[in-house]
Amino acid sequence: MDLYETPEEQEFRHRLRAWLRGKLPTLPPEPAATDWPGRRAYDCAWQRALHDAGYAGLHWPADAGGRGATPTQHLIFLEETERAGAPYVGANFVGLLHAGPTIAAEGTDGQRARWLPPILRGEEVWCQGFSEPEAGSDLAALRTRAVRDGDCYVVDGSKLWTSHAEVADWCELLVRTDPTAPRHRGLSWLALPMDAPGVTVRPLRTLAGSTEFAEVFLDAVRVPVTHRLGAENDGWRVTMVTLSFERGTAFVGEVVACRRTLARLARAARENGRWDDAVLRRRLGSLHAEFSALWRLTQWNVSEAEHAPSGGRGGVPGVAGSVFKLRYSQARQELYEAAAEVLGPDSLDGGHEWTAGRLSSLSYTIAAGTSQIQRNIVAERVLGLPRAR
Amino acid sequence: MDFRLTDDQRALRAGMRELLAARFPRERLRSLVDGDPLDGAGAVRELWRALGDAGLFALRLPESDGGSGLGLPEAVLLFEETGRALLPGPLAATHLAAGLVPGAAEGHRLVTALDRPGPVAHLAQAAAVLLLDGATARVLTPGEGEGPKALGAAPLRSVDPATPLHRVPHLPPPLGGSSLEVTADAGRLYGEATLLTAAQQLGSARRTVETAVAHARRRFQFGRPVGAFQAVQHLCADMHVRAELARVSVYAASITADPAEIAGAKLLADSAAIRNARDCLQVYGGLGFTWEADVHLHLKRAWIHAGQWQSVAEGEEFLANRLLMSGPPETSSDVLAGGLDGGNVAL
Repeated sequence: MDLYETPEEQEFRHRLRAWLRGKLPTLPPEPAATDWPGRRAYDCAWQRALHDAGYAGLHWPADAGGRGATPTQHLIFLEETERAGAPYVGANFVGLLHAGPTIAAEGTDGQRARWLPPILRGEEVWCQGFSEPEAGSDLAALRTRAVRDGDCYVVDGSKLWTSHAEVADWCELLVRTDPTAPRHRGLSWLALPMDAPGVTVRPLRTLAGSTEFAEVFLDAVRVPVTHRLGAENDGWRVTMVTLSFERGTAFVGEVVACRRTLARLARAARENGRWDDAVLRRRLGSLHAEFSALWRLTQWNVSEAEHAPSGGRGGVPGVAGSVFKLRYSQARQELYEAAAEVLGPDSLDGGHEWTAGRLSSLSYTIAAGTSQIQRNIVAERVLGLPRAR
Repeated sequence: MDFRLTDDQRALRAGMRELLAARFPRERLRSLVDGDPLDGAGAVRELWRALGDAGLFALRLPESDGGSGLGLPEAVLLFEETGRALLPGPLAATHLAAGLVPGAAEGHRLVTALDRPGPVAHLAQAAAVLLLDGATARVLTPGEGEGPKALGAAPLRSVDPATPLHRVPHLPPPLGGSSLEVTADAGRLYGEATLLTAAQQLGSARRTVETAVAHARRRFQFGRPVGAFQAVQHLCADMHVRAELARVSVYAASITADPAEIAGAKLLADSAAIRNARDCLQVYGGLGFTWEADVHLHLKRAWIHAGQWQSVAEGEEFLANRLLMSGPPETSSDVLAGGLDGGNVAL
């Protein structure tokens, strides 16, 4: 058991830190939260800068255009960029964390050459078309149909909760190609060009007032068969590769950010007198312990992944990610509840950063697998309890 | 960075688990609890010698002093096992007294400890009392069985049938009577006592998850194992999550020995031990409310340990104040304590 950084890891950290120090002051001002084209341009420019400095696709395998970094180096990268206040992955989230790694793992040489370099250079943005109105937690119930017609699939249906759909070039789409097969065995994974005829995007407004989600309607959309990843009807397995990435290290930067927010809450409480309330003080102390533990759990998971037989290429296993996500999503909500306590009546000011945080934190126990689904996963796959029905 | 256990650490832990299974099996715990000890004073002495031989107390002493020269991570792994087995006795205090009190390292003498007036465990069996109420540790050596008299302590009817308690009204004044100053940093010992107690809580918390899961698989109602019901599954999943966060906190604190990490580890381990025992009791249903099931023993021991060293309130207050001590967050290494600053932390 150690938390020791190798000389290579230390050097990696210091080089990255020096680069960030030089680069960040040269960035343009951040666009408004509602300016999606502006945000896409900003996020892609940042990705381009990372690419030119040799930091794009850090955790991707080298033969997919990535840097083949170890999970520990990836952890250091996420930690240092957050610390330095660098831009978030933003519009490139799906490309870099879902679609890209899936293509790297399952794509043909031609597919990898077509889709991966533009993701790494910040030229093409991806979104995710998995959930549907009737297929949320029960993803395998999805109904969007793809029927073979010559060299194309003809796709009909609709997708929900598709982040960044308005500004995306591609959508990783899960469709039903065999309605007669058992649910999990009749699905296929397709890369859908968002400008194809028959694709309609309708933005959804979240309770926070933002429009980062959309509903995507597909009306006789033709997708070339060559855009299918993996075998026909093997889409469920292909997709699960992606989901394990989502639950692994996707929240590392956020944990670092939460720890900083917590320290700011304490200072704000001290300044406005709320610090005299022992109940609030103790809540903050308890959150301090929680977020430290979440950070250590991340390090533990990364250690396990790095020393797994796969050498870390598989990322953090999904089940370990479920344990982390269950507690993290709850702790994040508790953090912003504590923030509201610190703010007092000012917490009703919707323009306050912490009120926005309080609202957006509500999605955390739902998105990327609800807490209830995560508990099912832990109960059945970690604890070995019988399958619930 | 390799946070995982080394092969040696795994072997050490497995050795202690085997030793406890052989020397302190469930029948022995039950005989103690049911007031019909199979083991008189002689058997206790023998058990403690075996623990001493296995290095539980001398683990961290240098090899030149008859120890194993190992560190807090190894100590934490062994104490986790003792918590798992509900092994009673002033284990953490005796471990800390190794090298300070003759006979402690070998398990020949039991040593208890306290940092303030109030309940103290195993006072009548202890040959010495470690006092951690000032900057420097003191050792009181009243002789076996004389502890209560020397401290004016009255017996309590302990909630935990395996942990006898006395209430100490006040600590002896410095340099008084038979108390002896020892050159050991009381602050360091207090932190270590807190961490080792947290490790015991961790062992209990992990054990009650296993116990609850085993019961949920075994117990049939409505024609299926109760563990097939989501209501029960989700209780068990939350127990596992609690135990996991306590585990990484205790292990990390054993590596860094950072006071804030130790405080957090104790906080999370106390909560995991108590809440997991509660949830295990719930999974057990009516059986959980009986004297026969061991679940109540985990809960009661967890209550005792939660009151030892850092309490929940003290831990939370300490950690809240550490948030303020950290300077401007953007430049601070303290907010991001432990490795986040790029500083190296190793054994």
